[in-house]
Amino acid sequence: MLEAKNLRKAYGTLQAVSGVSLNAGLGQLIGLLGPNGAGKTTTIGMLAGLVTPDQGEVRIGGKAFGGDTSETKCLLGLVPQELALFDELSAAANLDLFGALYGLTGKRLAMERERVFGLVGLADRAKDKVDTFSGGMKRRLNLAAALMHDPQVLLLDEPTVGVDPQSRNAIFDNLEALKAAGKTLLYTTHYMEEAARLCDRIAIMDHGKVIADDTLSGLLRMAPVASFVVIDLAAAFGRMAELGGLDGVLEVSANGAALRVGVRSMVVVGPVLEWLGANGAVVEHIRTERPTLETVFLHLTGRTLRDA
Amino acid sequence: MTAFLALVRKDLRIFFGDGRAVIMAFAAPILIGSFFGYVFGPKPVKEQSRVRVLVVDEDRSEVTRGLLANEATVEAVPTELAAAREAVRKGKAPVAIVVPKGFGEAAGQALFGAGKRPEIGVLFDPSHGVEASMVKGLLTGQVMQAVTRTGFKPDAARRAMDTAAMAPGDKAALGRLLESVEAFQTRPGSSGGGGLSVPFGMTDEAVTAGTGVAYNAYAHSFGGMAIQFMLFMGIDVGIGMLLLRQRGLWRRFRAAPLSKSVLLGSRAVSAMLVGMLILAVVFGFAFVAFDVRISGSLLGFVGVCAAFSLMTAAYGMLIAAIGKTPEAARGVAILATLLMVMLSGAWVPSFLFPRWMQGVTMAVPARWAMDGLDAMTWRGLGIEEAVLPILVLLGSAVLFGGVAVWRFRWEGE
Repeated sequence: MLEAKNLRKAYGTLQAVSGVSLNAGLGQLIGLLGPNGAGKTTTIGMLAGLVTPDQGEVRIGGKAFGGDTSETKCLLGLVPQELALFDELSAAANLDLFGALYGLTGKRLAMERERVFGLVGLADRAKDKVDTFSGGMKRRLNLAAALMHDPQVLLLDEPTVGVDPQSRNAIFDNLEALKAAGKTLLYTTHYMEEAARLCDRIAIMDHGKVIADDTLSGLLRMAPVASFVVIDLAAAFGRMAELGGLDGVLEVSANGAALRVGVRSMVVVGPVLEWLGANGAVVEHIRTERPTLETVFLHLTGRTLRDA
Repeated sequence: MTAFLALVRKDLRIFFGDGRAVIMAFAAPILIGSFFGYVFGPKPVKEQSRVRVLVVDEDRSEVTRGLLANEATVEAVPTELAAAREAVRKGKAPVAIVVPKGFGEAAGQALFGAGKRPEIGVLFDPSHGVEASMVKGLLTGQVMQAVTRTGFKPDAARRAMDTAAMAPGDKAALGRLLESVEAFQTRPGSSGGGGLSVPFGMTDEAVTAGTGVAYNAYAHSFGGMAIQFMLFMGIDVGIGMLLLRQRGLWRRFRAAPLSKSVLLGSRAVSAMLVGMLILAVVFGFAFVAFDVRISGSLLGFVGVCAAFSLMTAAYGMLIAAIGKTPEAARGVAILATLLMVMLSGAWVPSFLFPRWMQGVTMAVPARWAMDGLDAMTWRGLGIEEAVLPILVLLGSAVLFGGVAVWRFRWEGE
């Protein structure tokens, strides 16, 4: 349904996007994960027909964009990163306006407005001005505005920025409902937890390039460690290099008296604990952690998502 | 068309939903226009302010007694030199005149070319040069009359002649002249002589829309203020478009299947409608409250208003196209607008400008709007006088709009 091939875009000497290709079918939710400045918004801009690629092609439902008034745009809904709403108008007036931009009038417009209000749960606030809404409600209305013309493909650019957990969950529910209804969704975020929860497939972007594109489990398999063992000791332990040299131990870090040991497989945990005991360390508590997308990103780029 | 109308409707709803914007657009030009119209318009004599002139009379002679006392436009206040200088320095009085001791006698001699001409000192506040010039003019007439009235009295004239350093032949000739004057003044039925007076009078006629139609300063001041606040509205249009970009709304608009002409054109049309409404309300108020009339061509008036409204909308587009951020654009746009308003003659009539500046103002579209509105209101001229202002304003709109379309960052974030 959504197909992008080898998209490139430069602003002066800055290569914002460099050879990005993406595919998303009906009922799929694809995540575009990357730090700020990775090129996600520019990619969304090209997918939405807002930014003309220097190279490459975008097809929606098999059709390329054909200028500003292209019918292909009607297949697409965009949820911008900003709260792209008129605070001075009521929620209903906002939705009516954005519906009218796609040619909706009269009963059809009213019907779509009701449908969308129902989806995001704001029907009781329809007549209220947007500037009286909370941040979470504005985010939901921001999503609703993109749904007025019932697009087949929805592009969401960091739609949960600055949202409280309750509203975030409400938005997630909306997206899952849309996915279940067969819509194609492309979702950019720099929150790996969101990508992990929602997406069927995740493309990781950095410096304008897609450096990995797979399912969550596929991406996690790229992580160099099978698991992390977090060991709380009675006192700080100084012989890290020796611990790191044990067979099956891939990385070791310490935070005070807590050690974080990355292991190739769980069978290594026993020997590690024995070695610690034999070398005078008193283990008080132990727990294990799965590798995350953060781990994968760190492995692929040498940086954390937050540092990038 | 659905999208176009929806966008226009949205702009109008936002404008009329903003109380402050509405007040600024309608009430402010009415208030300020009323003020300027009252200040600069003709007023009844009793309301005219008289110029306060301090008179330091150190001579106290028959010539200087009562100088400026009977002038309707002047309030002559006797005082001492030190007090007069201090009052002018502090701005308490715009002008003071200092008549030195012996002025009357010396002036009487100088009248006949004998002796040095005495001088009246004029102390004036540099910010009141016009009043100083007016007082000098009044003094010239009054002193001339007083000196000649006294100087031609035979006994005073002879005394002056006796003390003056004159050649014997000149004294003899002057003596004969004085004898003739004395004979003229003492003839039966003579009033005794009143000195020389200004030998002509003046009749004023304000050339307005028609004979007997008084100049209505409110027509000009309301036109000027409407122009000013419409241009301010143009700034709001431009800044508003930059805010659309900043708030992500531009991305949302551009994601819809809309042409650039719909996006920019709808904003231009809504701005033009608001502009026309501002002019209608402002002139409507002036019509009801201050008897301002469209004494010239109504069609020409509507044409000037429409053309200026369109130009204002294009000006807003230009601001949006050139401005990088709302904050940066606002300062520059306000400065440009104030300059445009100032040069248009909306604040002070353009004839007060230096000649070179008057030439420059012809390049300012607002000047043509001002001239066009003046022509169609109080000057009472025909539509032919509106054609050129309309064409210039439309040309400016095309120029501004063209540059706006050319420079507009369609893709920019």
